[in-house]
Amino acid sequence: MSEGNHKQSFWTKYIWSTDHKIIGIQYGITSLAWLLFGFVLISIMRYQLAYPGTPIPLIGSLLGPDGALPPETYNSMGAMHGTIMIFLGVVPLAFGAFGNYLVPLQIGAIDMAFPKLNAASYWIYFLGSVIMVVGFFVPGGAANSGWTSYPPLSNIATTGQTVWLWGMVMLITSSLLGSVNILVTVIQLRTDGMTWMKLPIFVWTQFITAFLLLLAFPPLEAAGILQLMDRLVGTSFFMPSGLVVSGGGPYAGGGSPLLWQHLFWFLAHPEVYVLILPAFGIVTEVIANNTRKPIKGYKSLVYAMIFLGFMSFIVWAHHMYLTGMGTTIGAFFQTTTMIISIPSVVILTALLLSLWGGSIRFNTPMLFALGFLPMFGIGGLTGLPLGLAAADIHLHDTYYVIGHFHYVVAPGTIFALFAGIYYWFPKLTGKRTNEMLGKLHFYSSFIFMNGVFMPMFIQGLAGLSRRMNDGGETYAHAAGVIHLNEFMTISAWLLGVAQLFFIVNMIISLRSKKTGESNPWNATTIDWTDTTSPPLGHGNFETVPTVYRGPYEYSVPNEKNDFSPQSQKG
Amino acid sequence: MDIPFNVKERPDTGLYNGKLGIWLFLASEVMLFGGLFSAYIFLRTGVDNWPAGTEYLDVRLATLNTLFLISSSVTMVMSWASLKLNDFKKFKFYSGTTLLFAFGFLVIKYFEYSAKFSHVPPYLPSTNNFLGIYFTMTGLHVLHVIGGIVVIGYYFGPGSKMWKADPERFTNRIEIVGLYWHFVDLVWIFLFPVLYLL
Repeated sequence: MSEGNHKQSFWTKYIWSTDHKIIGIQYGITSLAWLLFGFVLISIMRYQLAYPGTPIPLIGSLLGPDGALPPETYNSMGAMHGTIMIFLGVVPLAFGAFGNYLVPLQIGAIDMAFPKLNAASYWIYFLGSVIMVVGFFVPGGAANSGWTSYPPLSNIATTGQTVWLWGMVMLITSSLLGSVNILVTVIQLRTDGMTWMKLPIFVWTQFITAFLLLLAFPPLEAAGILQLMDRLVGTSFFMPSGLVVSGGGPYAGGGSPLLWQHLFWFLAHPEVYVLILPAFGIVTEVIANNTRKPIKGYKSLVYAMIFLGFMSFIVWAHHMYLTGMGTTIGAFFQTTTMIISIPSVVILTALLLSLWGGSIRFNTPMLFALGFLPMFGIGGLTGLPLGLAAADIHLHDTYYVIGHFHYVVAPGTIFALFAGIYYWFPKLTGKRTNEMLGKLHFYSSFIFMNGVFMPMFIQGLAGLSRRMNDGGETYAHAAGVIHLNEFMTISAWLLGVAQLFFIVNMIISLRSKKTGESNPWNATTIDWTDTTSPPLGHGNFETVPTVYRGPYEYSVPNEKNDFSPQSQKG
Repeated sequence: MDIPFNVKERPDTGLYNGKLGIWLFLASEVMLFGGLFSAYIFLRTGVDNWPAGTEYLDVRLATLNTLFLISSSVTMVMSWASLKLNDFKKFKFYSGTTLLFAFGFLVIKYFEYSAKFSHVPPYLPSTNNFLGIYFTMTGLHVLHVIGGIVVIGYYFGPGSKMWKADPERFTNRIEIVGLYWHFVDLVWIFLFPVLYLL
């Protein structure tokens, strides 16, 4: 740790670094690259959905003999799109990158509690992500049983599924190390005066997210171990008695596919909150800063988020109403699912009310944060019918479900992440992003996101099933809505083009001159007020600040400025 | 530049970083084994006939192994207490004894496993779900025992140099290893009745 000021080579400084800021940036770049890759996969799949069976231009010859996307490859790409977007893209960006870079700065710590573990966590994530994609090159292609990997299908799937499981084990290990690190850092390394109720909401969200990762991932690891045993050693944990599969077996039987679903969703429901909580945190910071007034109901937000965290552990089986697990259990999970919507509404309401009476600055981060609110609202509200068993019978496994969770994650969380990137870009680099390009990025993304996902509700309500590689053209009931596929596909490609604004903006801004301002947004939290932009090397602060105030003291009456830093006495 | 509370306790939490870290890690481990125990219950209640543990397993060997692990937990505490009392020689003695007990556990486990494999007909994980979950859970536990041996062995051998340089830090390390080792012991305390006796 005490490398002092002697010269470091490029490798020790940027590659094998134990500095939380460098590791955060490593996470950020890697996860953004994976997000782009996951998007490319879905762009190819969407061509097949819009124009089933027609050869794909340019890359078609790589995919199949006749240039069209073969159904097996479609399945692989679908499973890997989900896996990559969630486990290699959004979570590492929201938790790994933002959490690593900002949590120590916001609580006044010189680094994470365990810097070496932190580096290990990144490298294990990197290795796990590489293993995941290696799956594409094994016989039979990558995992093709959906990102949920339901058995018995996944038990008898090609080798790619085994690779997927090893990749998951690595990613779970990485997130375990990362979450322990964040938790210990927040509990132990808060600076003097940084009491729990003075923590920025962003830190709270990372803290609760870390708890969810710590406790929800291990059951999936257990499930992964059991599935590896099934696939490699020939146990039958997930294989029911009497199952006959062509070319497989014999299976001892006696197991249950439901067991996997329970263990999987015990992770994967809290995972939803792992995706959304950091987004709440980022949006809260951006909104407070750009309305120039305190957040409405700081304590309500904190308690709502803690409650959300607890409840997220007892709602998992609402993904399983149609599995025959029994109506009594269904009734329990319907009740808890309705209850968990309450804290989400509290959070969204607090953020909406925070806008009331503010003198809002409509800069790029704020636009993305404002876009997040209705988009997440749509995502959340469309979830309610899915949480009720009676409505779920009709909607289950249709495009409605896809529309629902994409509204939560894509225009929801990813918008919040963009808000965060634009908001903290000056912190990371000491430079400003281009506002014009930023706004173009926002408005075009906003339009095309809705162009992609809104028609999914229409298709889903009409009963169109998900996971069909022809988009459902052979189904009579899909006839009325299948033409929407082309519109959605074109929207998706334009959404991809819109991201060029972002990429170009990043390149131009990185090449621009430093502005020399350390606090360009006039923010109150100590990551802005007590360090330079970009922060000093290892150690973060010239002198570690002491905290006297709450995190959002904007426009305090009778003060000189409209922002009063947390470290300012008074 | 040193991370605060790496060795000394933070006054308001009463913990040093590593101790909190290991408790959180163990919480996650509880969820891991909890998931497997839940799977065991789920599988067992889902079928009409579940074999009694004694049909396949040797309770006498497992009892001996239970004694080994419990004793190793005691010697583990003693090794930490010796450091607290500034007695490095006794630490070496107790730490070494812990290692011996742990190796004893592995040796017996080896005989148990090979007896299953060499049985006619062989008892394999694929034979039925009882044996499947038996091998999975005890196998994962054995991995944890091996992990423990590696770390205890490191601080018994080359890692013990830290005692001279930074005794407090070394004592903390042993406390952390001890917490982990007690957890490994505790998992076995649950595995033994669930798999062998019920």
